[in-house]
Amino acid sequence: MEHKIDLEAIGSPQADAMAHAISTCVHCGFCLPACPTYQVLGEEMDSPRGRIVLMRGVLEQNLPLEEATPYLDRCLGCLGCETACPSGVAYGELLSSFRAHTQDKRKRPIADQMAHMMASQTLPFPNRFRWAALLGRLAKPIAGIFPTPIRAMLGLVPSRLPDSARLPVFTPAKGVRRGQVGLLAGCVQQVLAPDINLATVRVLSENGFDVHVPVGQGCCGALSMHTGDAKMARRLAAVNLDLFPPNLDAIITNAAGCGSGVKEYALLFRGDPLEAKAAHLANRVQDVSQFLDSIEMISLKPLEKTLRVAYHDACHLAHAQGITSAPRRLLRQIPGLELCEIPDGEICCGSAGTYNIEQPQIANTLGTSKAKHIASLGVDVVAMGNIGCMVQIRNHLAKLKPDKVAIPVLHTVQLLDRAYRNE
Amino acid sequence: MLSPFIAKLSEIYPDARLLTHDAGLVSYESDGLTAFREKPIAVVLPESADEVIRTVRCCFDSHVPFVARGNGTSLSGGSLPVKNGIVISMNRMNRILRLDPVQRLAVVEPGVINLNVTKAAASHGLLYAPDPSSQSVCTIGGNIAFNSGGAHCLKYGMTSNHVLGLKIVLPNGTVDTLGGESLESIHPDYVGMFVGSEGLFGIALEITLRLIPKPEVYRTVMCAYRSLKAAGDAVSKIIASGLLPGAMEIMDNLSIQAAEAAVHPGYPLDAAGLLIVELEGEASQVDEEFKRLHGLIEASNPYFFKEAKDAFERQQIWKGRKSAFSAVGRLSPDFIVQDGVVPRGRLGEALEEIQRLSKQHGIRVANVFHAGDGNLHPLILYDGKQKGALHHAELLAAEIIELCIRFGGSITGEHGVGMEKRTYLPKMYQPSDMESMFQVRRAIDPTNIANPGKMLMDGDAPALTTSGMHPLEKAGVISRE
Ligand SMILES: Cc1cc2nc3c(=O)[nH]c(=O)nc-3n(C[C@H](O)[C@H](O)[C@H](O)COP(=O)(O)OP(=O)(O)OC[C@H]3O[C@@H](n4cnc5c(N)ncnc54)[C@H](O)[C@@H]3O)c2cc1C
Ligand code: SF4
Ligand code: SF4
Repeated sequence: MEHKIDLEAIGSPQADAMAHAISTCVHCGFCLPACPTYQVLGEEMDSPRGRIVLMRGVLEQNLPLEEATPYLDRCLGCLGCETACPSGVAYGELLSSFRAHTQDKRKRPIADQMAHMMASQTLPFPNRFRWAALLGRLAKPIAGIFPTPIRAMLGLVPSRLPDSARLPVFTPAKGVRRGQVGLLAGCVQQVLAPDINLATVRVLSENGFDVHVPVGQGCCGALSMHTGDAKMARRLAAVNLDLFPPNLDAIITNAAGCGSGVKEYALLFRGDPLEAKAAHLANRVQDVSQFLDSIEMISLKPLEKTLRVAYHDACHLAHAQGITSAPRRLLRQIPGLELCEIPDGEICCGSAGTYNIEQPQIANTLGTSKAKHIASLGVDVVAMGNIGCMVQIRNHLAKLKPDKVAIPVLHTVQLLDRAYRNE
Repeated sequence: MLSPFIAKLSEIYPDARLLTHDAGLVSYESDGLTAFREKPIAVVLPESADEVIRTVRCCFDSHVPFVARGNGTSLSGGSLPVKNGIVISMNRMNRILRLDPVQRLAVVEPGVINLNVTKAAASHGLLYAPDPSSQSVCTIGGNIAFNSGGAHCLKYGMTSNHVLGLKIVLPNGTVDTLGGESLESIHPDYVGMFVGSEGLFGIALEITLRLIPKPEVYRTVMCAYRSLKAAGDAVSKIIASGLLPGAMEIMDNLSIQAAEAAVHPGYPLDAAGLLIVELEGEASQVDEEFKRLHGLIEASNPYFFKEAKDAFERQQIWKGRKSAFSAVGRLSPDFIVQDGVVPRGRLGEALEEIQRLSKQHGIRVANVFHAGDGNLHPLILYDGKQKGALHHAELLAAEIIELCIRFGGSITGEHGVGMEKRTYLPKMYQPSDMESMFQVRRAIDPTNIANPGKMLMDGDAPALTTSGMHPLEKAGVISRE
């Protein structure tokens, strides 16, 4: 698509990336059916193609930013459009650069601002988030008095928090030592589901890898990056750049959102003195499923009875990192496990980082529809590789049949861990 | 202050479905041909036929032009807004109202996506045959307007062969039903007249589609040649032998590269021409045909030959082909998609001529096309940021189209005339033919509000020379109540 963007006037280090993405788009619309917001809202402004046109308008200074903002805020950043686009438009780079570029210039309604602030100031910090979650639990009964976005936040707070479990700084390999890896501990997940990290450590060690979890790790910055707070994202990310020993085989993450965020560090730090270091870290990071799939896994014990499992593609794994077959191959290695595909599986569950906090209605529609698709399969468990999706899907499965025990939601690595431990 | 016209629309639509703010309007500025942009004065998002009818009446009363839009994938400016007009976006009317496997038909709303009809039919062992490359996005309404085709139209015909009946609203707001539930009709072929009318005869509200039994088996092969002409000649030979494959497609090296980068279908990257042929039907018959096809292909001397060994490989081959247009976006920031037809016997010759023109102008041309019916799609690559590049590309496009006319073909196979080719229409038709077209158009849309300026140039429009009842009125098809 032609554009008349004045790159110099934009002056942001990401200007080239934005202009390039826009000119690669041929306006063919192949991304429309892949876009969850287009499916729900059915208007061009809420489609990838429309959003690219809106961003072009703003960057060309033909369209006021406030006009475009509501539609860009509604974008999940799920990157379903990137997977669907034959022309190879780097929509993700365009969106995050655009959000970063316009972050300081935009105005949002007060309630949204508060929700955004609460989310961005608490989620990335495990201790703050733990406190907020505890306070949130107390506020739940009076949730009705808060504006919708804040009510939605409270809805996400689990009624019981798992005990905060400490991760060992070092776990030695079991059996023959095959190598050593680091683990990116993540922030939200460490509060909501510490078992995922523990399971990851156990599975890696079971497979012959020493696991280092360096102390002093903070949030990887992905959440802030996602909402356009590039400064905050860089500040958070910088903390982790020097922590990992240089001789690791890989740095493992088990949260798709973090993995895809870290893999974007080169763009985030473009033009920054830390650019080279950030890009180096990005190259070392692998999703746990990607890593386990690349090694020969120690064989798993057969299950006692057949377990029907639906695998849900987290957008930040499938669309952002192109990882779809690795986790499926891993699960199929559990003898007795039958894998099912979720209808309309490419469509986002509505979780997408802080989305369910900032756009509760759309998130709700998508969550409900995802839960219905999963429930239609009659599976015993649903597995996935991202904490955000887990929270969202668990909530919506529970809402679907409040009187019944909902289908358990597990991380892929938790299933592997249980299979190793014969649970 | 709302203009009185917008105020009238706001009686039909809630705020969220009547767009008049900038962000809403710029999003609908273009279709798949982005060289043209025009901001409408409003966009409406109807959810029922009744809303569409009321909107058209409103436009008729206020003399405001309207353009129907499906999913905006037209490549000829068909759904480009018109100046001071509105866009009626049909994409929310996307229900399949009825699917009757016994009578083999489906009744659908116009905004339903082509592939969704195909999917729904498949669960009954049936097929909706027209399969434009854009089938995962484009709507049946858009297909109707453009009489869209696809790879498999070689055997089954274009959209018009698969539409049984239509409920339409004419530009004056009258509602009518054309055709019915069977292909035979005692009336003239009004359905055939509406299909392909590019939005000039009003809006389709409900469409009855013909479904056919799904072929029992498919056998799909791809073969690569050292020259594009050799691939074209192979097609001419296959056609001449009397074989009628389900589809025959050719891609040139640039399109192969682009498609391979986009979806990795496993195409040979060094081929100058890739020919895809698909046979389909009953197993015994297909096997018989395959032997003949194999002989013909062998005689054509490809340096690479491969048959899809399972459904997945077949799907990959097609996915590559169907992504090709958009994938060319990887090679060039801008391009014009041409859509001309040449007689199938002269395919090889035409391709050589296009290559010669491309060299002469120093402009890259990618070719990907429905070879079986001689429908060429040269993609003329240019960089819109370079001064004069678009103009130069348009000159080459014009030469290619003139070549098609000279060879005894047509200026459009399936993408329609739209904005892009309206100046060529008079080159293909006699003045008296053009005159008749204008007369029909005037009779159906006397106030010139249905997608005006597309297909038929306004300026050239001869004055209305007939008076009295229009033949369609006499036949009771339309009325002026
Ligand atoms: C990558 C790509 C590949 C393509 N491949 C093919 C192909 O193989 N074969 C082919 O034939 N075309 C192809 N096309 C062109 C295009 O997809 C078709 O013309 C398609 O039919 C347009 O459908 P749409 O829903 O996008 O309609 P739009 O582009 O929105 O509209 C097209 C025309 O239909 C009219 N219209 C829409 N809805 C209605 C209605 N309800 N009643 C009356 N008029 C209506 C509009 O006014 C306009 O004139 C391709 C396009 C792209 C981008
Ligand atoms: S599929 Fe890609 S090229 Fe086509 S409109 Fe969407 S983003 Fe643009
Ligand atoms: S990232 Fe997801 S929500 Fe946003 S435009 Fe792309 S497909 Fe739509």
